[in-house]
Amino acid sequence: MDLGIEVDDSRPPHVVVAVRGEVDIATAPKLREKLVELASQGAKQVVVDLDGVEFLDSTGLGVLIGGMKRLRGLDGDLTLVCTQPRILKVFEITGLNRAFTIYETVDAALAG
Amino acid sequence: MEGAADRVLCLEIPPRAEFVAVARLVVSTAAKSRRALADDRVADLTLALSEACTNAIEAHGAKEEADRVTVRVDEDDERLVVTVEDRGPGFDLMELPTHPAVTDPNRLNFERGLGIPIIRNLVDEVTFTSDEGGTTVTLVLRCPPSIAGMGPDELLELEDVDLEAAWDDEVTQ
Repeated sequence: MDLGIEVDDSRPPHVVVAVRGEVDIATAPKLREKLVELASQGAKQVVVDLDGVEFLDSTGLGVLIGGMKRLRGLDGDLTLVCTQPRILKVFEITGLNRAFTIYETVDAALAG
Repeated sequence: MEGAADRVLCLEIPPRAEFVAVARLVVSTAAKSRRALADDRVADLTLALSEACTNAIEAHGAKEEADRVTVRVDEDDERLVVTVEDRGPGFDLMELPTHPAVTDPNRLNFERGLGIPIIRNLVDEVTFTSDEGGTTVTLVLRCPPSIAGMGPDELLELEDVDLEAAWDDEVTQ
């Protein structure tokens, strides 16, 4: 199962990371590597678009938390785009919907 | 397993990350074919299973154990029961960290350990048994059997019925 990751850095200061597929123990490391790479390259405002994600479990949550902490430590932030009820539910039952800022569209995240 | 008479399937997977997706696919397919479950409930079960398999595989990694992780699906009239058994070093449930409230900034120090709270939230019952020989997680969904108690074999037999003749009988009565 492959994880699709597309990076769009054409709208500074934001970098949009669109994720597709299933984020679990097998694929989450690829997302972690990408977030670490972006932070090390100086990205500060990272928007992770989860609308193409079909499945996300606690391993994926851990990667997003790690990315957010890393970016906030650099005076940046990691925000999310997600409208899928099944994915939002994972954030809600862990209470992490209150730790992350979650937008309905990429445009809203860029304006936020 | 107490009370659940019928084994739906037994799957053994290597304790490797890429096989968790296989377990999700097999168990969700079995659940949908055997029980009258809404899509959301199947998604809940699939996520809980994924968390249990993830923990099982990580447990094997901790012990460098090459044994398989066993996933079983059983059912009775009222329940679908999914069991994930690993042969890792076991753990003490009482020693799991308690997460701070979500309003506490320290909450974000917990990048791991979210799996068991997620499991507890998604299934009707969960039990953990663990010792130095491994851990077994049992996930229970309370749900009716598929279509009026008929399993796939009985449903397949239905296809042999001459529906046109049955319809004619119905309208002529």
